[in-house]
Amino acid sequence: MAYSNKVVDHFDNPRNMGSLDKSSDEVGTGIVGAPECGDVMKLQIQVENDRIVDAKFKTFGCGSAIASSSLATEWVKGMTIAEAVAIKNTDIVEELALPPVKIHCSVLAEEAIKAAIEDYQSKQASK
Amino acid sequence: MTGTGQQLYYFDNYASTRTDPRVVEAMLPYFSERYGNSNSRSHGFGWAAEEAIDLGRERVANLIGAKAAEVLFTSGGTESCNLAVFGVARMYAEKGKHIVTTAVEHRAVMDPIRALEREGWEVTYLPVDQTGLIDIDALKGAIRDDTTLVSVIFGNNEIGTIQDSAAIGAVCKEKGVIFHLDACMGLDTEVIDVDAHGVDLLSMSGHKIYGPKGIGALYVRRRRPRVRLQPMMLGGGQERGMRHGTLNTPGIAGMGMAAELCRLERDADKVRMTALRDRMYKAFMELDEVYLNGHPTQRLPGALNVSFNFIEGESLMMGMPDIAVSSGSACTSATLEPSHVMRALGVGEDLVHTSIRFSLGRFTTAAEVDHAIEQCMGSANKLRDMSPLWEMFKEGVDMSTIEWKHD
Repeated sequence: MAYSNKVVDHFDNPRNMGSLDKSSDEVGTGIVGAPECGDVMKLQIQVENDRIVDAKFKTFGCGSAIASSSLATEWVKGMTIAEAVAIKNTDIVEELALPPVKIHCSVLAEEAIKAAIEDYQSKQASK
Repeated sequence: MTGTGQQLYYFDNYASTRTDPRVVEAMLPYFSERYGNSNSRSHGFGWAAEEAIDLGRERVANLIGAKAAEVLFTSGGTESCNLAVFGVARMYAEKGKHIVTTAVEHRAVMDPIRALEREGWEVTYLPVDQTGLIDIDALKGAIRDDTTLVSVIFGNNEIGTIQDSAAIGAVCKEKGVIFHLDACMGLDTEVIDVDAHGVDLLSMSGHKIYGPKGIGALYVRRRRPRVRLQPMMLGGGQERGMRHGTLNTPGIAGMGMAAELCRLERDADKVRMTALRDRMYKAFMELDEVYLNGHPTQRLPGALNVSFNFIEGESLMMGMPDIAVSSGSACTSATLEPSHVMRALGVGEDLVHTSIRFSLGRFTTAAEVDHAIEQCMGSANKLRDMSPLWEMFKEGVDMSTIEWKHD
C-alpha cells in the first residue's frame, strides 16, 4: 500500500522538526505513545499572550505518525490555545488521506497537542 | 526493476526470488509445445510431459540426497507444509495425538498445528534462545509415547537462524517419531541430506530457490520408516495418492532446473552472499545502537535482520524508497503487530518495532549492496535526528523508568 502524496511530502520535508527549551515557562511539552507500541510523539508549543508562536515535534513512528505530528505543528502555529484544543484527529485523517490502519497516528497527534497545552497550562498555574 | 518509473534495488529475496533465466528457459517448451497431461499414457503429448516430470523429480531428489520416487509435487511451500502436518497427524491419529514443534515456525506449519489443537491434538511448542535455536535436550524431553510428529523449520524466514537438523533428526530416529523439516528457506545455499539429517518429510518451495511461484515439493520417506500421509484433496490419484491433481509440468520443469542449479552453484553462491551480507552488517554496525536479530554465525547467508534502536522500522524503509526490504516482522507486517518470531527471541518490546530484514540472493551485486548501505545509513541518521527516543538516549534518560502514556 503506497502512502498518500501529502504523507510523503511531510516525511521528506518535515515541518518544524526539532526541540524547544522544555524548562521554559512559555513552553509546553507533550509526549504521548510508547516505544513498545511503535509510536512516540513529542510535540512542543511556545505560547505568548495565549497564542502559539512556535511549535516543534520529534516522532518515533511510521511515516504516517511523522506526517501527523509534522502537520499538527504546522496547524497550531499562530493559533490561540482554544483553537488548538479544537483540532480533531479526523481533520488530520482527512488532510493526509490516512488509511484506516493508520488512524491511531492522527489520534496520537491530537493527544500530543492536548498534552502540550496541558503542560503549558500547569506551568502557568503553578507560577 | 523500473515498473514504478524508478530503479528499485531488491533486498527481499526471502519473500521471493527472481526466477533464474535458465529456469524460465527450461519451462517455456511446456506451455505451448509440450502441453500435454502427464496422465495421458496413450500419446506423445502425455509422454513428453511425463518425461519432463521425471527429470524434475530426479533433480529435486538429487538436491536433498533422496530417491526420485520419494518426491511429490505440490502448489508450493505452504501446501507442502500443510500436507506434511495434516497428513501425518490424521494418518497416525490412532497412534497418538501429540505434536512437537517450535515457537518460530512459519505460519504454514504453525497454523495447521493450531487447527489440529482445536480438533483435540496436544502440542508442545519448544522455546528458542535469543539466537533463535531450540535446545536439543528440551526436544528429547518433549517427545512422548503418543507423539507422532516433530515439525521444525530449517532456516528461519525472518532471522535466518539455522536449526541443527541433524541433531533433531537423530533424536527423532532414536524415539521413533516422524520428523518434518520445513526447508523452504536455505536449499539454495545449504546442504541437506535427508538420510544424514534423519529427515522423514521435507518441504520445499520453488520461488525461494530461483524457481517459479506456484510450485513446491514434499519429500516423503519410503523406507525405514515408510511414511504415509492422508491426502488433503481427492481426485485423479496422482503422486502415489498423496497429492491428487494434474501435475504442473512447466512448474516442475522449472523447479527441477532450479534445484539442479542450486546443487551445482550453492557453494559458490554461499561464499559470495555471505561476504556481501557481512559487508552490509559491518557498515551498519558503525552506527550506535544497532543489533543483529538471529544467530551470529549459524545463519542463512542472505539473512540480515537488524534492529536500529530508536527508529521505527516502517519509517526507516520509507526513508529509502528505492530499496525493497521487509520490516523485521516480515509475514505479519500487514497487521502492524510484532511477529511471533521476534517475540520468541525475547527481543525487547521497544526493539521489536525497530527491526528491518534485508535478504540477499544469487543476483545481488556488490554495487547494489553499497547503494543500499548508503541509503539505509542516510535514512537512519535522518530518522534518529527526528526521534524523541534518540534524543532522550543522548541526554542519558533511562527510558525504562518512564511511564509511557498508552492509548
